Amino acid sequence: MSTEERLRDEEDAAEPQAPSENGAKGNMRGSAPAHGRDIVARSSAEVIGTSVVERTDAESSLEPEQELMTVNLGPHHPATHGVLRLLVSLQGETVIDLKPIMGYVHTGIEKNCEDKSYWKAIPFVERMDYLSYFFNMQAFVGCVEKMLELEIPPRAEYLRVIHMELNRLHSHLVWLGTSALDLGAMSMFFYCFRDRDRILDLFEMSTGQRMHTRYFQVGGVFEDIPVGFERKVRAFTQEFPSRIDQFEALLTNNEIFLQRTKGVGIVERERLKALGVTGPLLRAAGEPWDLRKVEPYLAYADFDFDIPIGTVGDGWDRFRCRIQEMRESVKIIEQAIDGLPEGPVLADDRKIVLPPRHELSTSMEALIHHFKLVTEGFRVPPGECYYPIESPRGELGCFVLADGSAKPARVHFRDPSFVNLQSLRDMCVGEYIADMIQNLAMLDPVLGGIDR
Amino acid sequence: MAPWCSRLEIKREKIRANLPLDEPDPNKELYVRQVRARDLLRGDIEGLDLEKVVEEAVLTTRLDKVLNWGRANAIFPATFGLACCAIEMMSVVSPRYDIARFGAEAMRASPRQADMLILSGRVSIKMAPVVRRLYDQMLEPKWVVSMGACSSSGGMFSNYAVVQGADKFLPVDIHVPGCPPRPEALLYGFNKLQQMIMGSPELGWRTRYSAHGTEEWARDLGNVTDEARDAYAAARDIAQSAGPPPVSGSPGSTVDVPGPPQERTEVPSKPDRDSGRFI
Amino acid sequence: MPDAPGLELIRAELNDAHPDAITGSYYEHGQACLVCDPAQIREVLAWLRDTPGQEYTFLASVHGVDYLPAEPRFGVHYELLNMARVERVRVRAALADPGPDALPELPTVSDEWPTADHQEREVYDFFGIVFTGHPDLRRILMPEDYVGWPQRRDFPIGGEPVIFTNTERDVPGWYA
Repeated sequence: MSTEERLRDEEDAAEPQAPSENGAKGNMRGSAPAHGRDIVARSSAEVIGTSVVERTDAESSLEPEQELMTVNLGPHHPATHGVLRLLVSLQGETVIDLKPIMGYVHTGIEKNCEDKSYWKAIPFVERMDYLSYFFNMQAFVGCVEKMLELEIPPRAEYLRVIHMELNRLHSHLVWLGTSALDLGAMSMFFYCFRDRDRILDLFEMSTGQRMHTRYFQVGGVFEDIPVGFERKVRAFTQEFPSRIDQFEALLTNNEIFLQRTKGVGIVERERLKALGVTGPLLRAAGEPWDLRKVEPYLAYADFDFDIPIGTVGDGWDRFRCRIQEMRESVKIIEQAIDGLPEGPVLADDRKIVLPPRHELSTSMEALIHHFKLVTEGFRVPPGECYYPIESPRGELGCFVLADGSAKPARVHFRDPSFVNLQSLRDMCVGEYIADMIQNLAMLDPVLGGIDR
Repeated sequence: MAPWCSRLEIKREKIRANLPLDEPDPNKELYVRQVRARDLLRGDIEGLDLEKVVEEAVLTTRLDKVLNWGRANAIFPATFGLACCAIEMMSVVSPRYDIARFGAEAMRASPRQADMLILSGRVSIKMAPVVRRLYDQMLEPKWVVSMGACSSSGGMFSNYAVVQGADKFLPVDIHVPGCPPRPEALLYGFNKLQQMIMGSPELGWRTRYSAHGTEEWARDLGNVTDEARDAYAAARDIAQSAGPPPVSGSPGSTVDVPGPPQERTEVPSKPDRDSGRFI
Repeated sequence: MPDAPGLELIRAELNDAHPDAITGSYYEHGQACLVCDPAQIREVLAWLRDTPGQEYTFLASVHGVDYLPAEPRFGVHYELLNMARVERVRVRAALADPGPDALPELPTVSDEWPTADHQEREVYDFFGIVFTGHPDLRRILMPEDYVGWPQRRDFPIGGEPVIFTNTERDVPGWYA
């Protein structure tokens, strides 16, 4: 269908589906359907790159005297968390319609994984949602382990939980820093990144790399933690709650921050569930849904932690939820480090897991296994599996279809940011454009996950 | 070294006695310069020659150097975070790996106000025209740092969706390897860029260690065949005709910003691009 | 997850409500999957959501899979979740390949399940599966004018060959 036909069809379409009514919005919505004039879009289509700036559906719902301005936000914009392009129809400063356009960092990771063996696909999948790389790895590796019916040793489970919760802290810190930067609180950026560097030091100590560590393997964890790691993690967890207090001291009672986030971006809970939103967004709206508690995986059932739930679901609640989640993550890390069991960090199955190097010089079977694993990789029996975990942004699910060979036949990630982004329109329509920036910040989208 | 100098390494220039195969004598250039300096002092050069020497050696050098020093130490990077490398770029601004030490903390969002484009992250085929448009919107002089493996060469993603290196549509000055590169690596690349801007670019390692012609296909253990000798000669020709790496642009391409005149023999003409004269 | 007998119960009840909608079911790795006729996918999903006792109200994921060379070639998976009982069930709409000139079709569920909006667009973008009735079916992650369905199994991976020192002479002029 050519662009012109599509635009004409949009013109003829009925009034677009109105998002859920909310008393706080007042009389911004519900005007009678009529033709509006969308001046910019009716001029010759402006090409940015190869895609056409399209009209949003809003123009068919306005009075003839009103004029709409379509503004293109992004893909290069200081406030979008990555390369997200938003087509916003504005009437004055009020957002009438919003259309996100993504794909600017689409990397074809899912297709690329079909070309690599399972072991080699791990670095690919961890670069999807690039702030929560341990979670990406856990989703993929957990899915493959489920298909192989492989049990991992308890020490590996605990180590995975420790690294994942540290990653959750890291992701929330980056979110906090960049969101506060968007809202104008520039010093928060430096505070958060200062603490983020401490977490990255811990990662570097145990895995050798700050980001994208390729630490989780099918069967456990790549390597055991070095000697000073426990001590450093304990020092970190003892000091970090006071850092969170510092962040709260800056923002929580800050009048500007309160005015910008309270009552803004409210979407009711049922609508969020219909949109498939999960994670802190859903919890801020009041739904007690966290996969670590309802469908415990790894060793989460052993730990005592709470899930922060909001009441209203505005930007303020999302902020408070994530701050509290940071505190709970610190609790989990402390309990995990205290209860870290002894034992191997990799499962024993030599057909899947590389044998330890000292065996290679003594055992012929170990040599053969090593050879087969390195050249071809392990084979997974045919089947498919969907494995969801709770990433800092919501439900991260990995679907793997295995065809019996050493390479997956299909890898798909149900990325939370991709699905959560659908709620942006509901949050922003009827509010000011400055609130849209705040909604985008509190939504915490990571474009690597959206675009994969 | 002057206290304001940001150089990290001390340049070593050795006069080598043993040279592999045939190589023009690097002593000769030095000799020519020394003879010219002696003639100048003696008053033996006159007329046009004198003007040329003065212009090259005295006036232009000092003014250029000052300008380039200013340019190098007050770069405005454009915030262009694409993917994971963007997070490490943000942490370069953070207090621990402070890029403000080098004068580059004022990250401008608008390309029209920025000097340097740090391409941090994988450039997908949908994003490439947008990046090119932003690059065109930047004002001369401008530099591009390709941060990370993905923007330098496509990285680990050799597939339909990623442009295999930003070199394909942009002239890139500095490639910083890593996935993602550590903030210190980015700072090292940044310092190299500053040295390039100030007119004393880092020599490639092949020049530093006199290793032209040591590529695998050109090297033969034992006897040197005629074919290898020709290959050596060809490689040396390429290396010498390219000259010192231009300040802007991929090797061999026309220079976006003319460097200091004494480092080049002629200014290449750019008929199809806005000429980036800075004076 | 409903266990294997539970899955068979669901299948039996669905067969009573919508005969011939379910063409198969399998249970592996603790996960239940129903294979559905694509034309009746809306009824099946609505039944799973509205029937008291089932109440799978949360659609977690819609994604496409190319089963080449197995037939039917395409599958669109709908991951359903019952939040109250924390049970998941997967419905797979099995689509055959209509040949090189036509695109497989399937009715959209995005009006009943708003979360399927972007996700169906993604399936269309990567597999060429057309969701009839979708309000805005166009490419979402690839450029708008891209030709081809990238995640189909017969689409080439693309990219360029890597240049090593022992192959650089075969790639003339790569350094210029």
